[in-house]
Amino acid sequence: MNIAAHAARAAEGITPEIVAEHGLSANEYKLLVAALGREPSLTELGIFSVMWSEHCSYKSSKIWLKKLPTEGPQVIQGPGENAGVVDLGDGQAAVFKMESHNHPSYIEPYQGAATGVGGIMRDVFTMGARPIANMNALRFGAPDHPKTRHLVAGVVSGIGDYGNCMGVPTVGGETNFDPRYNDNILVNAMCVGLADAGRIFKAAAKGIGHPVVYVGSKTGRDGIHGATMASAEFDDASEEKRPTVQVGDPFTEKLLLEACLELMAEDAIVAIQDMGAAGLTSSSVEMADKGGVGIELELDRVPTREEGMTAYEMMLSESQERMLMILKPGSEKAAERVFRKWDLDFSIIGYTTDTGRLVVRHRGIVEADIPLASLAHAAPVYERPWTKTEPQATVAAEEVPAPNSQLGALERLVGSPHLSSRRWIWKQYDHMVMADTVQRPGGDAAVVRVHGTGKGLAISCDVTPRYCAADPFEGAKQAVAECWRNLTAVGADPLAITDCMNFGNPERPEIMGEFAGAVEGMAAACTALSFPVVSGNVSLYNETNGIAIPPTPAIGGIGLIPDIATMATLALKRPGDVLMLLGAEAGHLGQSLYMQVMLNRSWGAPPPVDLEAERRAGDLVRALIRSGSLSAVHDVSDGGLLAAIAEMALAGGHGVVLDAAPGPMPAHAIWFGEDQARYVVAARPDKADAIHKAAAGAKVPLRLLGTIGGDAIRLDGEPPLPLAVVRAAHEDWLPRFMAHG
Amino acid sequence: MKASVIVFPGSNCDRDAAVALEAATGQAPAMVWHGDSEIPASDLIVLPGGFSYGDYLRSGAMAAHSPVMREVVARARTGTPVLGICNGFQILTEAGLLPGVLMRNATLKFVCRDVLLRVERNDTAYTSRYARGEVIRFPIAHKDGSYFADDATLDRLEGEGRVAFRYCNATGEVTQAANPNGSRHNIAGIYNETGTVLGLMPHPERLADPALGGTDGANMFLSLAETLH
Amino acid sequence: MKARITITLKPGVLDPQGKAIAGALHALGFGAVGNVRQGKYIEVEVAESDPSRARAEIERMCEQLLANTIIENYAYELEAA
Repeated sequence: MNIAAHAARAAEGITPEIVAEHGLSANEYKLLVAALGREPSLTELGIFSVMWSEHCSYKSSKIWLKKLPTEGPQVIQGPGENAGVVDLGDGQAAVFKMESHNHPSYIEPYQGAATGVGGIMRDVFTMGARPIANMNALRFGAPDHPKTRHLVAGVVSGIGDYGNCMGVPTVGGETNFDPRYNDNILVNAMCVGLADAGRIFKAAAKGIGHPVVYVGSKTGRDGIHGATMASAEFDDASEEKRPTVQVGDPFTEKLLLEACLELMAEDAIVAIQDMGAAGLTSSSVEMADKGGVGIELELDRVPTREEGMTAYEMMLSESQERMLMILKPGSEKAAERVFRKWDLDFSIIGYTTDTGRLVVRHRGIVEADIPLASLAHAAPVYERPWTKTEPQATVAAEEVPAPNSQLGALERLVGSPHLSSRRWIWKQYDHMVMADTVQRPGGDAAVVRVHGTGKGLAISCDVTPRYCAADPFEGAKQAVAECWRNLTAVGADPLAITDCMNFGNPERPEIMGEFAGAVEGMAAACTALSFPVVSGNVSLYNETNGIAIPPTPAIGGIGLIPDIATMATLALKRPGDVLMLLGAEAGHLGQSLYMQVMLNRSWGAPPPVDLEAERRAGDLVRALIRSGSLSAVHDVSDGGLLAAIAEMALAGGHGVVLDAAPGPMPAHAIWFGEDQARYVVAARPDKADAIHKAAAGAKVPLRLLGTIGGDAIRLDGEPPLPLAVVRAAHEDWLPRFMAHG
Repeated sequence: MKASVIVFPGSNCDRDAAVALEAATGQAPAMVWHGDSEIPASDLIVLPGGFSYGDYLRSGAMAAHSPVMREVVARARTGTPVLGICNGFQILTEAGLLPGVLMRNATLKFVCRDVLLRVERNDTAYTSRYARGEVIRFPIAHKDGSYFADDATLDRLEGEGRVAFRYCNATGEVTQAANPNGSRHNIAGIYNETGTVLGLMPHPERLADPALGGTDGANMFLSLAETLH
Repeated sequence: MKARITITLKPGVLDPQGKAIAGALHALGFGAVGNVRQGKYIEVEVAESDPSRARAEIERMCEQLLANTIIENYAYELEAA
């Protein structure tokens, strides 16, 4: 190691300004110098800055995330790898994760969203799984904000084009509009893959002297921190040297997927890691650190797309569709043959060592020589100050003005931006490729068959940001519970979740308080429902000019249906069937969609979730589905009972005749209250008795709602609301909104 | 029946086609890599859906020049049935085995949904299990599915009865509202002069299994199995 | 030599992308915008110094792959690389 060279480079001037541009505080820089034992070179500074960034180090969230339950008999791999892994029985495993790509999607919605999808799929196939389903959770600003339409159009087409080209079905998701996302949209992409439980590939680079192999696309100057690029080191930067938006290439990723899976079938790979955020730096550091080895990289061997790239640029580039692998010695030729077959770059760029250091050489110069432990473990961990979000008072139903007509209110709700059909979005996603989509978008959960079997994987993404904003603890509990409920509603045993924790600036105590509350709410629900967290991602600093997004802990859950012949759907199927409500009614209107749409404001506490009641109701519904007792099932969530019934009627094309709301609660609280742990179910009349008995035995309240039939929603004392009118209201809003571009 | 499915880089409905073929014929098709110039003896060659070569330049354009396509064209000319589904249809037009071209959808957007099709003739190997004029349901999933040919070509296709399927409504009427992508004459699929080469945008292999919500697509593979055994 | 190739839709072939661009320009207040047609631009470098041979080569590329002459026209300029 040429310390003199280092000193010379350091003397080139790592000024406080350059440190700040790298997002490191003065104190963090001191820690860095102490960890390194000297001043860093610019390349070293860049490497530290990405490894110690919030994104890679979880420095603000780490202490909180430890509170989440991550274990269970079904868990094969919890957090810490590229994705979580759960057991599906029969030697099969589901590999899944959700990740945010918020800021890039706001800057360039099409490429930002596309590369988000590409990144999450790489996380999944890196582990040896074939991706079998994608989902996404999207939050946009107010519909009347001038940028919203442009962002929706770009994000949706970016997600669609990437997943469609990959041939992985995008089977659904959720979308919200809220002015608090005006300047900070959220694009959270989830991918689920299928693997052999005994052949899960991990990132730990065990063994000394093993080749480090670079495969995939060439490296360009994509996504390198703009401010740094403009610093003194790059003052001769020409137009071509400017950092560029990352551009996704789904075709190359498809080839990379097939090549990786082909090579994984052989016994050649020791460890593999996707080059995602912080590219070559984080992939090499993580693999070496996890395996307890050192790593030496020869950057002259990195395939580059542009001339004259520096070590700094290569180490920090976020070019897409690249992977780093540690191979078993002797398997280089076999591996190269596979990647050449798929027209992909393949280059041995280094070796594992026993030094415990990351050494980076370029043009004969040691550009970086850093103890790996300092990158992976010496990052500061913050116990940031936080203040608990003040709980709001529970709103009595009587305090919330009633509508003139319940069915009139229903029509407005289902035609509002918040509850209207998302068909315009998922129609642009190929949700049927792979020919295993047994429940398409639009239901409580999407279901994909486990290929070649009769098993089904149910998938759902959920969170209600307006609940979380009012009470992060109850809101996060509700997000987990709703996800569990959605999986249950199709007949699945919920298995585990991944999360995307989207919050504002954690340096503000009130934001950190939201984060803390949300983690504790999630932990409570995950524990009570045996629904552990196996992977996830934290996205902080989602705020602009001091205005933060509402706390948005997006939950992506999966569940297993042992036999898809018993799968339930929400569509009403048979006139004459009876409609029943399972679960207790409290008429909770605080933070309801009714308030937001009809009264144009929201106040009060969100609906509390009784996790024991949630479990009882869910276990009952699942048992009834499995025994073939139910002809349709739908959970009750946004918009309450009447909205749930309307969605079932629309999906099945059958009307309903409803009994009047029972007193003494105000009727609008019955119809639009958003009490949790509830399901609407339909069944043949001759099964009603048995269902009553089962509900009584499970201590789940049951109320008869009415009968299926006709082509309208009929409610005592009001003119019938034709399904055609509801459908028009429900289906028209989004296409009409998007057409006014 | 022995079938071969050609796999191009970027094909992604190759497995789906193979599953549907095997279900109908009891025999797994040969999967033929695009770089091979040899195709095993086959009663049917399938060009599957997907995004061959990323659909860069134009959908199907690069695949049409892939080495294996010379052999596909040669087999087609000697009467081997060739079925091109979605991207496969685009490749067939680019390779000159079928006339016309598939352009960007009139909506400019990718569209994935079920459509209704009117079966225009049932005297080919692909359609013997359907009735003439029958309305069937297949899914579509494409961005470049708007069939375009000049007037003279359309006249010839219509005159020779070479339109295989047309987008229609539930009663079989060919209407503008039933046209999902702006295709001329609501054309969803066409035959070559001999009725042995079929290209269509909709995906029969995606509704060939009751668990997926329908079996109208299975009848195409069963027709082929019965006719070509 | 380097060829700068422009590929455009033939007159009369429907161009929904061009139409959408025109619509967007109108929405931005460019009221004077009339018909808009869009196409592709491709740069190809050829190791060929004789202009007439280079031309022949480029034309074959356009005919065989770069343009679909059922719906597209092509034009190109040649320059010394």
